[in-house]
Amino acid sequence: MALAETANFMTIDGVPLKKRLAQAERSRKLKAVGLVAPLFLFVVLTFLYPLAVMALKSVTNEETSGRLTRTGAALAGWDGQGIPDETGFAALAEDLKAAQEKREAGEIAKRINSEFSGAMSKFKGITRKVEAMETGPYKELFLSTDKVWSDPALWRVIKSVSSHYTPYYWLAALDLKQGQAGIERVPADQAVFIDVYTRTFWIAGVVTLFTLLLGFPVAHLLATQPARRANMLMILVMLPFWTSLLVRTTAWFVLLRTEGPLNDLAELLVDHRFEMIFTRFGTIVAMTHIQLPFTLLPIYSVMKTIPPSHVRAARSLGAGPFMAFWRVYFPQTVPGIAAGCLLTFILCLGYYITPALVGGPRDQMVSYYVAYYMNNIINFGQAAALGGVLLIITMVLYWLYNRLVGIDKMKLG
Amino acid sequence: MRNFLTLTASTLAMAIAVTAVEIPGAVAQDKQLTIVSWGGAYQESQRKAYYEPYAAATGVKITEEEYDGELGKVKAMKDAGNVTWDVMDVDTAHALAGCDEGLLEKLDYGKIADRAKFLPNTALDCAVGSIAYSTIFAYSADFYKENPPTTIKDLFDTAKYPGKRALLKKPFGNLEWALVADGVPIDKVYEVLGTEEGVEQAFKKLDTIKGDIVWWEAGAQPPELLANGEVVMTSAWNGRIGNAIKEGKNFKIVWDHQEFDWDLWAIPAGTKNLDLAYDFIKFASDPKNMSQQSKYIAYAPTHVDAIALVDPAIAPTLPTFPDNMKTAISTDWTFWADNNEELTKRFNAWLAQ
Repeated sequence: MALAETANFMTIDGVPLKKRLAQAERSRKLKAVGLVAPLFLFVVLTFLYPLAVMALKSVTNEETSGRLTRTGAALAGWDGQGIPDETGFAALAEDLKAAQEKREAGEIAKRINSEFSGAMSKFKGITRKVEAMETGPYKELFLSTDKVWSDPALWRVIKSVSSHYTPYYWLAALDLKQGQAGIERVPADQAVFIDVYTRTFWIAGVVTLFTLLLGFPVAHLLATQPARRANMLMILVMLPFWTSLLVRTTAWFVLLRTEGPLNDLAELLVDHRFEMIFTRFGTIVAMTHIQLPFTLLPIYSVMKTIPPSHVRAARSLGAGPFMAFWRVYFPQTVPGIAAGCLLTFILCLGYYITPALVGGPRDQMVSYYVAYYMNNIINFGQAAALGGVLLIITMVLYWLYNRLVGIDKMKLG
Repeated sequence: MRNFLTLTASTLAMAIAVTAVEIPGAVAQDKQLTIVSWGGAYQESQRKAYYEPYAAATGVKITEEEYDGELGKVKAMKDAGNVTWDVMDVDTAHALAGCDEGLLEKLDYGKIADRAKFLPNTALDCAVGSIAYSTIFAYSADFYKENPPTTIKDLFDTAKYPGKRALLKKPFGNLEWALVADGVPIDKVYEVLGTEEGVEQAFKKLDTIKGDIVWWEAGAQPPELLANGEVVMTSAWNGRIGNAIKEGKNFKIVWDHQEFDWDLWAIPAGTKNLDLAYDFIKFASDPKNMSQQSKYIAYAPTHVDAIALVDPAIAPTLPTFPDNMKTAISTDWTFWADNNEELTKRFNAWLAQ
């Protein structure tokens, strides 16, 4: 009876209450979605979509896929040993002719040249020749033009790039390559990326550690000073934070120079000029300075929430100053330390301009090579794979971190 | 936190709305030309010789950009369907690569000038020559007062000529110098470099000075490094050093085994201002206009009629001066098109060792 009565409650204008409630709920939900939608769309458009596009680039043969279809079909039955027969040569000739008409032959040659150095000029040469021919036979022409066309290794590359997907870039990003017998390491004089990844994580780790060692005491000072003095000190911390990254890096460039002010001082004091610019030392100093507020601020805001009475209580219960700090105060700052360190570490992994300006050739991090392959070599696939490897390693590390520290325990303030 | 999210979301929505309103205005650009070049003293010479006179004569607004040969940016713009560069200054390597990869327009010389009037190798399919420049090495005459360096061997001799030196952070050019300094005759350089042993020989020679090298990437860096004492010797593009000397710096250029090359005008494929781009290049290729640039930087024109108009007094500072050309290395572009990617990989691995 009571239930039926509730169901029949009406609002003042005669609409059942339940219906009106649902309406209100729906409009609330719509409002919420409407408010979140712009950000969501923004993230999809500017982050997820480009990420997916680049990920795809790293596994596709963009330059050759769809342009070597005849060759791919003709070589499908070829076992990778010896030279293909006339059909293979004829198919490649036809593909090259078609590509040349659309100004795509150069891209095909460049893609093959990545894996088979020297192929560029051979492809250009043969393209000019086959263009002048209406029909075959082509094999004789290829072989008489250059002996490279009788190299099975070149044909294996041609066959492999005629397929749509390729593992080449990801393997290369890990200093590996597809050999005849399987995956093998590239020669030592061309292996560079494993080294670069190790270096990237090492530099990021060292910088994170330094920002923590320098930032923790300062954060504590800020959190415990009277408000007026703390505000003054805070401005000193925030001022560099508000300055552009490029400006701060350039300032370090000037400071660290061999003829710069720091070395002028050193010469005055110890009569020696130190090598600081274009070194690992300089890179780490500049990066530590730039990252310091990122580590410090979360620690500071967590410290602000710790009541001073906790340490006083510990002290009055007989703990020494160190014990009170270590057992009572420090554990409460861990969520801030975790947040600050993670923030700094992940930001450091992507550093580009600071090592490029202040560091030497051995201090360049992954992003330098990503930019290099994008801008200078124009090999977007390789750049994408390099970024992809970095993203995956970072995500694995984040997962590990989550297991060890717990993201839900982390506090940004 | 929720307030913050709401605020961000609404700000973004507003930002999107504002941009959406502004876009039509931005597209309707009237008579604008974006020209990309190599920055520093070189771009300044172009500004005085071409950009300002052209803007004054036609009313076209010229926007300048700088790059260090990053053709990848053109590919990115082309892929995105929004090419914002209209005219580019490229060197031969980039002119050829950009043409092969379809990043540069094939030029219609009918809209520029008589193709036969340009020096050999400067009227390419996708780029037309503007000046001859050279990669040389220069030293600080304050530092090496007595018995200064005179040959490329001296660049590699840290015992006789101690001090830091700066080199371009690319294998290109450096490997050639390393081989020549190691005793390989000029006409055999690329033959040797084409072999595994030759590449090893070049890197081994570079190894001998590796600890004393500072690497530069932009053309404006070498005169700066030399001026602020970071290095005492550096490879550089001759005009940059020439202009620093004009400004009173005590630098000296060594022409021995200079690496000679051209700068050329090109049009990125997909530009929205094709006609205007042609019009500018036509203006810049006019002998009278072209001969002006040598006044502002020590580079020589490429149009035969412009060469005649250059002031004879500055001839000895140009890379084309016979005395400077005696031991010049002419770069093998086919070799570099074939081997750049692999040698760059080795070069980067070598740098990281």
